[in-house]
Amino acid sequence: MAELQFREAIRAAIREEMSRDDRVFIMGEEVAEYNGAYKVTQGLLDEFGGQRTIDTPISELGFAGIGVGAAMNGLRPIVEFMTFNFAVVGMDQIINNAAKIRYMSGGQVTLPIVFRGPNASAGQLAATHSVAYESLYSQYPGLKVIYASQPADAKGLLKSAIRDDNPIIFLESEQMYGMKQEVPDEDEYLIPIGKAAVKREGSDVTIVAHGKMYHVATQAAQQLAKDGVEVEIIDPRTIKPFDIETVVKSIQKTNRCVIVDESHPFCGVAAEVGFQIQREAFDYLDAPVQRVTLPDAPAPYAKNLFDAWFPSPKQVIEAVNTVTYRN
Amino acid sequence: MAEVKQIGGFTPSGVVYKATELPEATDKTHKDLGLSKQQLLEMYNQMFLQRRFEERSAQMYQKGKFGGFLHLYMGQEAISTAAVQVLNDDDDIITAYRDHGFGLVRGISAKAGMAELFGKATGCSNGKGGSMHFFNTKEHFWGGHAIVGAHIPLGTGIAFANKYQNNNRIAVTFFGDGAVDQGSFHESLNLANLWKLPVIYVVENNGYSMGTAVNRHTATEIYKRARAYDMKSDKVNGMDLFTMIEKFREVVDYVRENSEPYLLEVRTYRYRGHSMSDPATYRTKEELEEFHNIDPIERLKDYMTSHHVASKKEIQEITDKVEQEVLEAIDFADESDFPELEDIYNHVYAEDLDYNFIR
Repeated sequence: MAELQFREAIRAAIREEMSRDDRVFIMGEEVAEYNGAYKVTQGLLDEFGGQRTIDTPISELGFAGIGVGAAMNGLRPIVEFMTFNFAVVGMDQIINNAAKIRYMSGGQVTLPIVFRGPNASAGQLAATHSVAYESLYSQYPGLKVIYASQPADAKGLLKSAIRDDNPIIFLESEQMYGMKQEVPDEDEYLIPIGKAAVKREGSDVTIVAHGKMYHVATQAAQQLAKDGVEVEIIDPRTIKPFDIETVVKSIQKTNRCVIVDESHPFCGVAAEVGFQIQREAFDYLDAPVQRVTLPDAPAPYAKNLFDAWFPSPKQVIEAVNTVTYRN
Repeated sequence: MAEVKQIGGFTPSGVVYKATELPEATDKTHKDLGLSKQQLLEMYNQMFLQRRFEERSAQMYQKGKFGGFLHLYMGQEAISTAAVQVLNDDDDIITAYRDHGFGLVRGISAKAGMAELFGKATGCSNGKGGSMHFFNTKEHFWGGHAIVGAHIPLGTGIAFANKYQNNNRIAVTFFGDGAVDQGSFHESLNLANLWKLPVIYVVENNGYSMGTAVNRHTATEIYKRARAYDMKSDKVNGMDLFTMIEKFREVVDYVRENSEPYLLEVRTYRYRGHSMSDPATYRTKEELEEFHNIDPIERLKDYMTSHHVASKKEIQEITDKVEQEVLEAIDFADESDFPELEDIYNHVYAEDLDYNFIR
């Protein structure tokens, strides 16, 4: 075990998997000579050379598609997007090609590829640089979507993702890259894709929160504990496939649930998870499920507007108060 | 370029006198090209199979035997046939949605092809892809792809993987003239020459991007676009098999030897409309007639008889055999089962039916 930053945990996963399998390589903007826009790939060029650590031009449609073609033809690419906001330019390759070619070919093609990079907002960057894409990618059959909240999960899940034979969207966050945690260093440290983690035990209310929202939920839980409300926090870690069983099991104990989601409200992750909860755990609920999401508006720039726009621990506490009828 | 009547506005419009100008055909004989009688007959077989398969497909479509879109390749068969003649069997081919011809010359049987059109489980993509998505990856045919231009980066990536694995294979990416206006084309060309990828981009310029004549959608002759990326390129007559073979040999050798990309503009013609619902009112009967008169299959037949390579009888035997093969394919497709309903979920993920679907 060593204490690693989030970015170092991701780097460790990439390094270990590139060492283990020659077919694994990384490509993206500034990943090699510049050592990564967010220093995730620092040192990889020196260690693996330019054959496997590949700088691309600013050409998302082109290099995303080259990644998909390379995966069809026997390689296991890791494609880094400087942020997923830029991946939108190359989304045709992800949604139409990566997600569907196996299906349309009747199973003849296997597509082991990881698209990774930071997702969602990172402070006052205004509307186009602040979008959480997990709900969008989760809509398309053929893709798996992972959004880890902590370094150890990130490492174990990224290693599993690189070994998986499917196209995977692996979401990170500029604002989490500096977070530290003890991270296992054994080569076979793998976290299964599609398994949630109970990260805080509590008996009063279940909070489902992934990615950056996990940390917002944690702050709320600490505050609520002072008032004697014990929150159980489930971090789904994988958005698709979603581990509804772990959530239902928790609700069977707490009978109440709040979902914290960095998507916009309409068709966001919380919308689907909320539906599944009412279907699978209706008889266990003592209150309607509540959610905390972004507003139905793009990210504003002004500090006061941004702070009001971004989900806060206060909003989570209010939602918990609603489901526990403490208002 | 052909003359276009200008009527003002942003879209040059009006009568297109001729969509595409053909470069000269080669005057080499089969002996000059080192082709045997056997090879010529085999290529006749391949070309006629593509033609007859599609003529019968159109009939079956009109009879309501299957649905979806049907884009016919008829008129362009010299290109697919020359490509597989020149390429190694393990070189990679990827193409757009006008893909039946490439499927048939890359190992998809008439039966598996027809069954795919009929949406049957015995089809070459298990009934999951239909007309636009023929696949035979075992024989390095990476499919038909139906978003215009979207498979150009895929072909580039397949070439990237070949270079990465240093396996001496090249990748040939076929697409129509309509695709050259997409950003995916330009990004691919830039990356391919930046990284010196062994990929041939073959534009099958059949004169029309759906209903828009080539001189109404591209500001320059297509092969010249490669110059912007410092890439070698040329144009070639795609209505003549020998010309295609000669040119493909030159290009394939260059790309394999130098690990460099190449843009080849093949001037050709499609006899039918863009799809079955297109009456092709944007072109003249005279233009169609002109290309029918230089039909690549008839040309090969005439060559073989006039040069005493093969007798009319020998050719007729192949013609009859192919006719029979296609009729049997129709029966096979008709009699095959549709996929099981559970197949909706199969092949979505690598885990196939073991994936935890939301149901």
